[in-house]
Amino acid sequence: MTTILQVLFVLLGLVAVGSALLVVTTANLVHAALWLVVSLGAVAGVFLLLAAEFVAWVQVLIYVGAVVVLLLFALMLTRAPTGRQPELSTRRSVPAAVVAVLVAALLGTTVVAGFRGARIDLQHAQVGTPQVVGGALFRTWVLPFEVLSVLLLAALVGAIVLSRLRAERGGAD
Amino acid sequence: MPLWWPLLLASLLFAIGVYGVLVRRNAVLVLMGVELMLNAVNINMVAFDAHLRAALHAGQTFTLFIIVIAAAEIGLALAIVLLVFRSHGHIEVDRLRALADRDEPATEETGR
Repeated sequence: MTTILQVLFVLLGLVAVGSALLVVTTANLVHAALWLVVSLGAVAGVFLLLAAEFVAWVQVLIYVGAVVVLLLFALMLTRAPTGRQPELSTRRSVPAAVVAVLVAALLGTTVVAGFRGARIDLQHAQVGTPQVVGGALFRTWVLPFEVLSVLLLAALVGAIVLSRLRAERGGAD
Repeated sequence: MPLWWPLLLASLLFAIGVYGVLVRRNAVLVLMGVELMLNAVNINMVAFDAHLRAALHAGQTFTLFIIVIAAAEIGLALAIVLLVFRSHGHIEVDRLRALADRDEPATEETGR
């Protein structure tokens, strides 16, 4: 039985895999970041199809919004050349491709063999609206949530310390 | 929808991320490969959440946690990348060999 959801899922999956392949193979730094936007957006669409509405919008906001902008900032600040660069990949691309194909084969056969009969009942799935996810987050998972806020604070302090280190060394030179 | 469809998609994205981490020279592009791998894990989490229909929504909640951890990781990693660029003038990971494991150790220094 083929439904519209399954067709949409296959299309989004093809977009995600194809643009991810372009992320790791393109010879242009900025194009890699822009293809990453396409890939992460397709993954957000997959989240929407799998009844995770709030997660999909968080994916769009944080990944497509913040993380890719940070990556583009890093590319600009490291004075990345904008043209094509044939030297972006190492000469070890053949062994790396072999390793990647082996990883894909191992994981793919494992999940297909392990969950061949299982199905996702999307008709009766509870959609993860902000209300539902927020209830689960602040009733059951509130302690990991607080630990995560401490982690974010530590990462913030670490980033500030690292950039101050840079400023001091730059001033000393 | 069969459960193995999203799981297979996640496996493929993870393998592509592994390839990107192994083959790229620019540190920012290596980080993009890491992001692809984290996204593959997120697809697994959401798929199993929809499959099990857990009342606690552990899959979606932990997907949110992973997204936050990825944001923290990318912030710190980019601060380190900028620091490396400041001190070395490039961010090509296969030329950064100051901490590399070399064959000939400095026996005079380590012998004491």
